[in-house]
Amino acid sequence: MPTFNPMSRRQVLQGLLMATAASALPPWQVLAQHNGPKTRVIPSTGDTVPLVGLGSWITFNVGDDPELLEQCADVMAAFFESGGRMIDSSPMYGSSQATIGYGLDKLDAYERVFSADKLWTSSPDEGRDQIEASRSDWGVSRFDLLQVHNLRAWRENLETLLTMKDDGELRYVGITTSHGRRHDEFETIMRDYPLDFVQLTYNPVDREAEQRLLPLAREREIGVIVNRPFQQGRLIDRLGDHDLPDWASEVGAETWAQLILKFIISHPDVTCAIPATTQVEHVRENMAAASSPLPDDDMRQRIAETIGEL
Amino acid sequence: MSEWWTYRPEDFLLFSPRVYWRLFELHNADWWPLQIVALLAGLSILTALLRPRPWSSRLNGIILAAGWGFVAWAFLWQRYAPINWAIEYVVPLFALQALLLLGVLSSGWLTLPDRRRLPRYIGLALTLYAVMLHPLIPLMSGRSWQMAEIFAMTPDPLAIATLGLLVGAHPARWAWPLMAIPLLWCLLSWITLDTMGSSTAWVPLIAIGLALLGRFWPRTGRANST
Repeated sequence: MPTFNPMSRRQVLQGLLMATAASALPPWQVLAQHNGPKTRVIPSTGDTVPLVGLGSWITFNVGDDPELLEQCADVMAAFFESGGRMIDSSPMYGSSQATIGYGLDKLDAYERVFSADKLWTSSPDEGRDQIEASRSDWGVSRFDLLQVHNLRAWRENLETLLTMKDDGELRYVGITTSHGRRHDEFETIMRDYPLDFVQLTYNPVDREAEQRLLPLAREREIGVIVNRPFQQGRLIDRLGDHDLPDWASEVGAETWAQLILKFIISHPDVTCAIPATTQVEHVRENMAAASSPLPDDDMRQRIAETIGEL
Repeated sequence: MSEWWTYRPEDFLLFSPRVYWRLFELHNADWWPLQIVALLAGLSILTALLRPRPWSSRLNGIILAAGWGFVAWAFLWQRYAPINWAIEYVVPLFALQALLLLGVLSSGWLTLPDRRRLPRYIGLALTLYAVMLHPLIPLMSGRSWQMAEIFAMTPDPLAIATLGLLVGAHPARWAWPLMAIPLLWCLLSWITLDTMGSSTAWVPLIAIGLALLGRFWPRTGRANST
């Protein structure tokens, strides 16, 4: 006969209070506690960040279109619910920063987001004003990470960011490039300046970063953010005509996008990949890629060879 | 910009096609029923091309100047520039075009041809297309008719109609400066649409070709002016 352990009045009240408190929390704060994506350590501080973030290039540049703003907020909600944190943008991306600000405000996700933005100006004197305008668009009190966009006026702009970090106005400083451009100069800056992050393009068919930049990032303890994981969608379009190999299931990939992301984030020197999307189902699919199992070296080679041949 | 040869047109496209076409849908919704006034204004220009009158040049100058000024402010500045920062540099050119049209056409320095020659027919065809047919492009492309681009309210049909008006006008020394900005806009629009993969990207390119053909067509004797 089963025994019955009656709860005390105190236990019942405690349970009710906890349930009430949990229901008042945004859904991502509840879900992320026990079922979130894999994370990786930020080398310079030891903090962690989920392996998959959210880019905003093109996808969040929707102006003041109310319908499209809501769609973007839905994408952000799904991103946070899946345990995501890092969102990346730039003043160059049209209205993307304001769209992110709209989503953060609507979702009250200021505490959740890891805010990564960029300084993009050829006039370093205007740098501070641009950063303030960006911060206002986001609606955050300060940025977690600011990066010199595409090495534009990098000496002066990097000086501005490093000064801000010293003054406690910023947590992390970085530089960015894309499509494999200016890697020589990029490498020099990585060697000479105290960077927290670099952002570059890396995927199964754009692997130049493996030669020098990723090893240097490990040596210099610099976090690596990967942009253009799908070559702005061209890679997915190209692969769309082909069936996903059966062996993709060995690493838990159900789509080409997941296989590509798993290739990227399984590189030990990559801190976070930032695919951009306009669709809720895609952001969930991307976040699901940041889970075990991740490919080992042999599987990574197999992924790169297969995708490179298609 | 270093390593400029590694950039492709799509590297400069900041927005997706769905956002671009939605601009026109929201613009039309916000300004309804101004489309009716714009259509009537376009028909007025067509009539002036078919049967030039002494006051045609001045009236056309006022209509086109108003169109370029309105598009500069209501479409380019208010709507397009937020998703494409490069448009901020185009707005002053549109404002300049409005002033040039107003100044040159209303002063009578530029007159419209009334002879039945190829440039005139090209001009008529371009203007007729811009006013009557260009708004129908969304239907051809499978988009909503609410995304129609209307003459004097959006840049492409305005630029094409302006070229249509100027292609046969004389003297050339006044017509060419007035055609420069519309030609440049059509070039920019072709690059933008082609980069977006739009099936109608050829439209502004054809307009450029026809305008240049009409402008360079040999002129035998001085056309009558109005």
